[in-house]
Amino acid sequence: MRKVQAVIVGGGPAGLAASIEIAKAGGKVVVIDENGKPGGQLFKQIHKFFGSREHRAGVRGYDIGTQLLKETEELGVEVILDAPVYGLFRDPAGIMVSYMKDGREQAIIGEKVILATGAAENALVFPGSTLPGVMGAGCAQTMINVNRVLPGQKVIMVGSGNVGLIVSYQLMQAGAEVLALVEAAPSIGGYGVHAGKIRRAGTPIYVGHTIKRVLGKTQVEKVELVALDEKFQEIPGTEKMLEADTVCIAVGLTPLTELAWLAGCEFTFIPLLGGHIPIHNEDMETTVPGLYVAGDIAGAEEASTAMEEGRLSGIAAAEALKLYTAEDAKTLKAEVWDRMNALRTGPFGQKRYDAKEQLLATAKGGK
Amino acid sequence: MRVVKHPILPEDTKPEMTIFFDGKEIPAKAGEPIASALLASGVRIFRETAKKGYPRGIFCGIGRCTDCVMTVDGQPNVRTCVTPVRQGMKVETQKGLGRWSEEA
Ligand SMILES: Cc1cc2nc3c(=O)[nH]c(=O)nc-3n(C[C@H](O)[C@H](O)[C@H](O)COP(=O)(O)OP(=O)(O)OC[C@H]3O[C@@H](n4cnc5c(N)ncnc54)[C@H](O)[C@@H]3O)c2cc1C
Ligand code: FES
Repeated sequence: MRKVQAVIVGGGPAGLAASIEIAKAGGKVVVIDENGKPGGQLFKQIHKFFGSREHRAGVRGYDIGTQLLKETEELGVEVILDAPVYGLFRDPAGIMVSYMKDGREQAIIGEKVILATGAAENALVFPGSTLPGVMGAGCAQTMINVNRVLPGQKVIMVGSGNVGLIVSYQLMQAGAEVLALVEAAPSIGGYGVHAGKIRRAGTPIYVGHTIKRVLGKTQVEKVELVALDEKFQEIPGTEKMLEADTVCIAVGLTPLTELAWLAGCEFTFIPLLGGHIPIHNEDMETTVPGLYVAGDIAGAEEASTAMEEGRLSGIAAAEALKLYTAEDAKTLKAEVWDRMNALRTGPFGQKRYDAKEQLLATAKGGK
Repeated sequence: MRVVKHPILPEDTKPEMTIFFDGKEIPAKAGEPIASALLASGVRIFRETAKKGYPRGIFCGIGRCTDCVMTVDGQPNVRTCVTPVRQGMKVETQKGLGRWSEEA
């Protein structure tokens, strides 16, 4: 069986950044992704990133994606596409990664393996939630920004986190009308800058509201909203009926952790980071030796943190492969930590910082 | 409906092709998933559920939920949100679990 120094599952920003670090250190690395194109969620992100210059603030997601792909090419990283990974098995030589390619089962051994599988959108259930026209906000984002097609004309967005806010704005840029943004909590979840853009465009943001039901014969025709009290109970008499053809759901992400469960990783539960997260240490290594995680699978955050975690896991894996001395690795890792800590500041970042600290404490203290 | 004018994204220059939806010719762009070609032509109902015949369409858009499955070139249960179009491809609304046709 084929054996390489490192195998990376998932070619999003985290996986690509990890592969770049290992290749830079001189390691042979293979990235496997089930998609036909690498880049993960990055190519649907057409907004400018926040942060300082080192975080490539002001650069749009897809340009960062193009840059990452160029680097992987120049460094000779091998990327296997259209190849879903379905299993991880312990092997004396490392970890065996099984995947499907061209309808056939294949396997490759990585001395070190990094899981960077990302996250999936959460669903929301209400009467009519299965009607055509109800979809994930990320689904709509892919349709407008990657495939250049409007999934509908009159949209109601549920969820005011950054994905809900950004995708609302991007739907408007693509020519759709966003009738309302609905948020069950009493305040907006995402950055004020993004919310401001939506308000200036004239879209009302209904905090303390939810969708009561969606009506339609074969697809979404009407959406009924209702106000919620402080215990999230519907307040009778506050219903509002809106004519819409699309409902987008942006109520959080859940890390795609199946492979980490299969590998026998120990988990911890942190709602702020998306639920069950594989416990990992400061090197992003899980409780299974030689198996690392990076990006949304290690706690759903954003593309910039995913890239930094990717780099960190890559440097740590390269160190474990003896491609770096402990001293060199220490300097490189400290640089990443500085940038990552800077990203985890501010009212939202601080909470993620605290959650991540909690995770690291779990790793240190055993179970 | 296609997004034609966009304040940030450049013009979409992917070559055109045609596919068949329930026997009718519809336009598609090379490399796009089947689901996006259907949405561009205003098709939103991709299949009907097995027991009650309820309509379903695209939901997750990343190949996880299987709400978007259709019968493609005679093969049932193809996830149209992650399967790219091919010139002349035959896409059909799937009833229930679908069935294999002779040609597949
Ligand atoms: C729909 C959606 C929209 C988002 N929009 C934004 C946004 O606008 N702005 C923002 O800052 N953040 C956004 N995010 C948040 C996200 O945290 C980051 O943008 C970033 O993409 C995470 O990087 P990642 O590398 O961890 O995962 P991803 O970018 O999701 O990449 C994971 C990759 O792994 C592959 N993969 C998964 N499982 C397997 C398997 N079993 N076998 C093989 N390959 C596999 C996937 O195909 C994918 O390419 C969004 C997230 C989602 C899910
Ligand atoms: S829409 Fe979920 S699998 Fe296609």
